[in-house]
Amino acid sequence: MRWLLVKDLRILRRSPLLVSLLVIYPIAIAVLIGFALSRGPDKPEVAFYNGLSEGAEVELGGERIDLAAEGQRLFDAIDPVRVDSRAEAIKKVRDGDVLGALIIPDDLASNLQSTLEPGTVEVFYNAEDPAKRQYVENTIKAQVQSANAALTKRVAEEALQLLDLISSGGDYTFLGQDFDVLGLERAEEILRKARSDLPEDSPEREQLDRVISFGQLARENLAFSDDVLAVVGEPIRVKATPLEGGSTSLNSFAVALAVAVSLMFITLLLAAGTLALEREENAFPRLVRGLVSRTGLLAEKAALATVCSLAVSLLMLAGLGLFVDLDWGRFPAWLAALGAGALAFAALGLAIGALTREVRAASLLAFMLCLPLAFLALVPSGAVAPALYDVIRAVSAAFPFKPALDALDAALNDAGGLGGPLLHLAALVLVFGGLARLALARFAGP
Amino acid sequence: MDDPAAPRTTIAARDLVKRYGEREALRGVSLSARPGELVAVIGPNGAGKTTLLSILAGIQQADEGSVDAPAGIGWVPQQPALYGKLTVEENLTLFARLERCDDVRETVARMLELTDLGERRGDQVSTLSGGNRQRVNIAIGLLAAPEVLLLDEPSSALDPRQRERLWRFILKLAGEGTTVVYATHHIQEADRYASQLIVLADGERVFAGPPRAFEEATGTTGLDFEEAFVEFLHQRGH
Repeated sequence: MRWLLVKDLRILRRSPLLVSLLVIYPIAIAVLIGFALSRGPDKPEVAFYNGLSEGAEVELGGERIDLAAEGQRLFDAIDPVRVDSRAEAIKKVRDGDVLGALIIPDDLASNLQSTLEPGTVEVFYNAEDPAKRQYVENTIKAQVQSANAALTKRVAEEALQLLDLISSGGDYTFLGQDFDVLGLERAEEILRKARSDLPEDSPEREQLDRVISFGQLARENLAFSDDVLAVVGEPIRVKATPLEGGSTSLNSFAVALAVAVSLMFITLLLAAGTLALEREENAFPRLVRGLVSRTGLLAEKAALATVCSLAVSLLMLAGLGLFVDLDWGRFPAWLAALGAGALAFAALGLAIGALTREVRAASLLAFMLCLPLAFLALVPSGAVAPALYDVIRAVSAAFPFKPALDALDAALNDAGGLGGPLLHLAALVLVFGGLARLALARFAGP
Repeated sequence: MDDPAAPRTTIAARDLVKRYGEREALRGVSLSARPGELVAVIGPNGAGKTTLLSILAGIQQADEGSVDAPAGIGWVPQQPALYGKLTVEENLTLFARLERCDDVRETVARMLELTDLGERRGDQVSTLSGGNRQRVNIAIGLLAAPEVLLLDEPSSALDPRQRERLWRFILKLAGEGTTVVYATHHIQEADRYASQLIVLADGERVFAGPPRAFEEATGTTGLDFEEAFVEFLHQRGH
């Protein structure tokens, strides 16, 4: 077996173009998928026209709110390109210089101040395709809602201060003038004093008692306003609890995915190709005529594909480690996941190689399997009909990509247990290895 | 009981039957050969020539009958079984190691000398002509110094000059005592080189004996050997 391994490595060394493609292509695909997943689009450039005058403010209950400061929330998810006019903003969108335009009209402050109608901002964008349209709409809506929520909170706080003023009294400033507000509490004290000055049998005493009771009742009810206004400011809060899956960040998951894709391409293509080569070169009957057993031949190809893909995957992880935090303390777990994944892919590759007579056919079949397996494994629950999702889960479980991805995620990111995916992969090694052995005996005669 | 004075046989097959489903590829075929003998197996397409050789080589098992053969039989398939990306020497070395030859280097050197490919030892096999590839193919079959060499259509892809060189090479082997059993479509090669002729038709052995006896037995003396072969099959309804 050793000499066959040396022979295969020598043949690979003499096929530099093939080896380059075998290594570079899957890494390129893996990196692209990883980037697509981990990096949503960077902050999009959006033309921004601010029609408000410098330092425009809204006064609410004596509190001045700086609209420019509040508007900064809109920039959290965009990269603003400031322009001097509404027309210029729209032109930039039409020319494709920016993804969209955000216009804050001159009358926003006065509209907010009047409270007769809400402030309105304008958004312009090119809806070249549905994905882009949805992206722009969602981004802007989310940011506007965020700004609205912040303003609502500020308004609610002001309202609370006003209600407190009504309840307890105190100083209040409006349009630059100071007022002393009596408040219900102090009004009640005055009324009680006035009542005590009245004769015992005075009919006004009963009238004053009614007013005093109303004041007490009003103050007691106003005490609940804190809670009510807090709810108005943030009516719905989110408490999210993941039921399945780990707490892997998107970046870390993208690393596991990129490595799994590379591992799959390299191992599958190498195992399928090198086994098919034995038949394409007519060497297979000569080899199995007492020189090597069929099982030994399969083991040699599996070892070759596993060792090569393991080496490339580890190099890839070392490279990715320069950009992403990887826990090198978990290296043994990485090796276990990579090894088990590579063996399972190798077994699948051998089954393909045993069923085909030519390297080209084996490579094509292996290639055609790779991408659909990766995409199927990434379909999230709820994205398709439940019955279809069950089918997708069953198909994914029948091939090594999904368990290899789970194992790598567990090994790299400590997300979930490693044992389950490793056992799953071991079962697939046996199934596909058995299939390859059966195919060699059944189809690979002289 | 065997006659001790009778010439020793190096390979013998008795009443071989091979079925592929309903079809019988071989029907009770027997043969035997002595050291240095050249046995030609001829017959039309589908007669069972390759099946017979692959059973003798141990690649397939017969459904009935028996094969008595030495442990190491050299087998040369019809299509060269070589790695195109390896050099002549690397191919020979690889198979010499897999054959567990005692002295790999010496064995390879001997094969290079035997095939007269010493000057091409460093060339990748994919760059060789069909004739040279076939010589390497045969050399690999000879690495373990087998007593019996089985050749399946050894000259099918060669031009007349290459064929001539190949047969000089095979005759040299036979001269050194190797038993050579070969299947061929070139009837003239059977007539010219074989000491024994096995004619198969539809899996059945319809003749076994020296080529001259074939002409006499079929009453086709005076005809070209190929014409005699065709006439013989015609008489037998094939």
